[in-house]
Amino acid sequence: MKLPFSKKKTVTEASLSFTFTRRAMVVGGLQAGIGALLVSRMAWISVAENEKYNLLSESNRVNLTLIPPRRGWILDRNGRPLANNRTDFRVDLIPERMTDAEGTIRSLAQLLALSPDEVDRIKDELVKSAGFRPVQVAEKLSYDQYAAVSVRLPDLPGVAPSQGFSRNYPAGATVGHLLGFVGAASAKEYVERKDPLLITPGFKVGKDGLEKSFDRDLTGKPGAKRVEVTARGKIVQELTTRPDTPGNPIKLTIDAGLQEYAGRRLATQSGSVVVIDCHNGDVLAMASMPSFDPNSFSDGISHVEWDMLSKDDHVPLRNKTLQGLYPPGSTVKPMVALALLEAGISPMDTVSCTGALRVGNTLFHCHKRRGHGSVNMRTGIAQSCDIYFYQMAQRIGMDRIASMARRVGMGQKFALPFPSQSFGTVPDPAWKLKKYDQKWQVYDTVNATIGQGYMLINPLQMAVMASRLATGRQLMPNFIYGAHREAPAPVGVKEEHLVTIRDAMSAVVNGGGTGGAARINIPGVMMAGKTGTAQVRRITMAERGGGVRSNASLPFKLRDHALFQGFAPFDNPRYAIACIIEHGGHTNRIEDAPMIAADTMTFLFDQAKAMEKLETLEKDWGGPPAERMARQMAAWRLAKAIEKGEAPPEAANAANAANAVEGSNAAAPAPAAATDADDVPPPPGSDPAAAR
Amino acid sequence: MSIVPEPLTQFPWRVLGILLAIAGFGTLVLYSAAGGSITPWAINQGVRFVLFSGMALVLSRIPLELFARFAFPAYGVVLVSLFLVELIGGVAGGSQRWINLGFMQLQPSEFMKPIIVLAVARFYALLPVGEIRRWNAIWPALVLIGIPAALVLVQPDLGTAMMIVAGGVTVMFLAGLPLRLFVGSGLAFAAIVPIAFSFLHDYQQKRVLIFLDPESDPLGAGYHISQSKIAIGSGGIFGKGFLKGTQSHLDYLPEGHTDFVFATMAEEWGLLGGVMLIGAFMLLFRWGIGVSLRAQDKYARMVAAGLTTTIFFYVAINLMMVMGLAPVVGIPLPFMSYGGSSMLTVMLCIGIIMAIDRSGRRSGRRGNWA
Repeated sequence: MKLPFSKKKTVTEASLSFTFTRRAMVVGGLQAGIGALLVSRMAWISVAENEKYNLLSESNRVNLTLIPPRRGWILDRNGRPLANNRTDFRVDLIPERMTDAEGTIRSLAQLLALSPDEVDRIKDELVKSAGFRPVQVAEKLSYDQYAAVSVRLPDLPGVAPSQGFSRNYPAGATVGHLLGFVGAASAKEYVERKDPLLITPGFKVGKDGLEKSFDRDLTGKPGAKRVEVTARGKIVQELTTRPDTPGNPIKLTIDAGLQEYAGRRLATQSGSVVVIDCHNGDVLAMASMPSFDPNSFSDGISHVEWDMLSKDDHVPLRNKTLQGLYPPGSTVKPMVALALLEAGISPMDTVSCTGALRVGNTLFHCHKRRGHGSVNMRTGIAQSCDIYFYQMAQRIGMDRIASMARRVGMGQKFALPFPSQSFGTVPDPAWKLKKYDQKWQVYDTVNATIGQGYMLINPLQMAVMASRLATGRQLMPNFIYGAHREAPAPVGVKEEHLVTIRDAMSAVVNGGGTGGAARINIPGVMMAGKTGTAQVRRITMAERGGGVRSNASLPFKLRDHALFQGFAPFDNPRYAIACIIEHGGHTNRIEDAPMIAADTMTFLFDQAKAMEKLETLEKDWGGPPAERMARQMAAWRLAKAIEKGEAPPEAANAANAANAVEGSNAAAPAPAAATDADDVPPPPGSDPAAAR
Repeated sequence: MSIVPEPLTQFPWRVLGILLAIAGFGTLVLYSAAGGSITPWAINQGVRFVLFSGMALVLSRIPLELFARFAFPAYGVVLVSLFLVELIGGVAGGSQRWINLGFMQLQPSEFMKPIIVLAVARFYALLPVGEIRRWNAIWPALVLIGIPAALVLVQPDLGTAMMIVAGGVTVMFLAGLPLRLFVGSGLAFAAIVPIAFSFLHDYQQKRVLIFLDPESDPLGAGYHISQSKIAIGSGGIFGKGFLKGTQSHLDYLPEGHTDFVFATMAEEWGLLGGVMLIGAFMLLFRWGIGVSLRAQDKYARMVAAGLTTTIFFYVAINLMMVMGLAPVVGIPLPFMSYGGSSMLTVMLCIGIIMAIDRSGRRSGRRGNWA
């Protein structure tokens, strides 16, 4: 068979030999050509791209480990640390480097004696983790524990022990809401900023409060450690180390002692205390209790602890000072009185209080059923007579009252370094029309004059109001020590009017008024103030007929809020204070707003005396907040264990007994409880009103 | 006549010098790859080189006729052992390339690389001159190549199969088959590749794409090539210095003493070392092609050129692989990569070429005297 394309060409031995020679030359030439190609390819890689590959080789060889910078301290006005750093040994997990997550966690749990809670938290976080973000296993380890993990590293891929610093808050829970806390950066934050520091084990960012607002200032410059490593991560030698630059310290206007005192003095109540310096508006204390312990938050909070905090009806996770909004109740009466004076009403003008007043077709009650009789402005404030204000407010109209309310800081927004704030409202006819498309009614004015209805305030705004009533200047709250500020604008009222108001507010406390519990026992220092009660439920006509239920008999969530605002000394104000007790209901005189405010104020004039009283009282409350929280935590843990069937119920009873100190105390009857305050039928479309 | 005695002038000094230079350099690189230690690689490699050089010199004494006569029987034996490997491998489960003889592990596919050249060359030497342009000149060679190539391919060992095909086809080309056959099938192959690519599985396509752009998957399949290029690229012109390579010493370069030994070398000796090494190999190939051109015998010249090309394929495929021009197929670099099988094969080739060289000189001298 012939190939189809072959031509008649004589193939001889000689021609074949010639073909071979030619083709062997071609093969040789091709080989030389490919050799040249290989040389030029190699030259391209090693000469033209040398720089690129050198860099890659170096980044292979050298492992750059960032050293998290120490966080700047947060100091109080006297230089005492509110937040500092503590040396510690810690262990993290890098999820993407782990091969056997279950086994690794098991060995770690054994080596570090981790509790089941902690193990659950670690597993939780591992599931949520983005892979490259470290998950904290434990910190505050002893050197022995650290060493035990370190020597087993070859068997535990993905485990990263390190020595570093962790955030420490000496005052614990009492600064929780003020300072916030720190924590490992979230995957979202890393995606946004792409800063490798964020995924360095041990590095924390501010997560809430001032820690979050001043995060950039507090974060220093990271140090770096260059080590030569093999492909398997074994360290061959350390090359260079650059130390970190700590972050800048921040000095606050807060007085650490006062802050802690206020937090402790809030006792077992859910409440808030704010103290403002009347000279310049500096905030000396801003406590919101109960709170979380920022130390345990910054360590990575356990699932159970979080669960407990989020289910507590005293809302420890909410900063009540800045996020809590309350009807101000009768605490607005001095402000309303100032508006009356400005409108030309004489302080000596009297109103006859018979216990109730008909406005339109609604009957408004005074908190004193029998009535106050003939009431002038001083008595109206001191006795908190509702009828006086109902009548007088109708004479001048809501717009003038709203103008005064705004000038003393109600409804005003302050540019404060906190990530989340809620501000109260000052309603007036224009506001209501815009918001509800409804005309302002007379009963709206009546409600507003006793701080109910649409009117809302947060505790900080209330402290600002107290300071402005005290000084007649529009002081602005401030948290940064020595911050430069414009001189405050005047409130725009006559000094003699202010004197009248201060005198009346002093009468509330010292002149047989409703705030007798706020009297302070310091020679030459008299407290002035105004009490308030904010009702949170409607009182039906039927209930009123059968007698209004006492607060003590109501469930916690339905009890009235108790409020107090004031300043001292009354004739030459130095400090202004505001205190709100959520659902306090005036059931416990010692843990009520006036006395808490008075004791906190006492601390500013005589620390020893205030502390002595607090320490005596704390014995009845079950110790300082940290102790009580630990006990609450233990009881909660046990309850959870019983739910899961892990512990016998008898053990729980024992724990409850241990916890009973707290419980019995909360139920203790108020010694000199006030007359029950709420005697006003709720007008349609608005919250029920009450005053005291 | 020279005053130097005949056995000494006859001794292949030149080629042995080239081999000694390459293998000596290779041993030095292995010494460095082991972190500056002659164990475990450098010493073994050196001893092997000496042993296999001796073997090559013995081979060079064997008359050429013997290689011709035993070409087909040897081919048959290797083919049978390839079948055996396939059977045993099937029993053992998984891919198996060797037969365990007790004292050593025999890898028959390795021997097929030189023997396919001997067998195909033998076929064309026996073919009558006038038949070369007929169909009869093609199909037997294709069968000779196709069966072992297919057997090796299913092992699976793509690199070796490629080398067997390349060695056989090179001999077909040298035998004088019409050029258009090669051009035509080359074009057809180029046309088929994209179509074949579309028929591949996703993971196979991915593998090819990673070869084309290894940086796209630096931690996975592209890791070998990426690290190899980093080693070569970071070496620069003069290298990082003997024993100072970081890619190899810190284990970033995988297989730094076997398939990727060139990268280990290039990192420490730079472009300079690479050019010297490639130059030395080129001298070796020039010698081999030279031998084939000098040879009078049809079989001898085809074998010499074919075996040279086989060694060339080792070098070319390996270097293209380490420089990122070819996928990772597991072809070692002769005399440099640690391992006995490849050195044995290459030394077999060298020994046979030396035998051809020797007989060529003899016959040439005889011719002069006649």
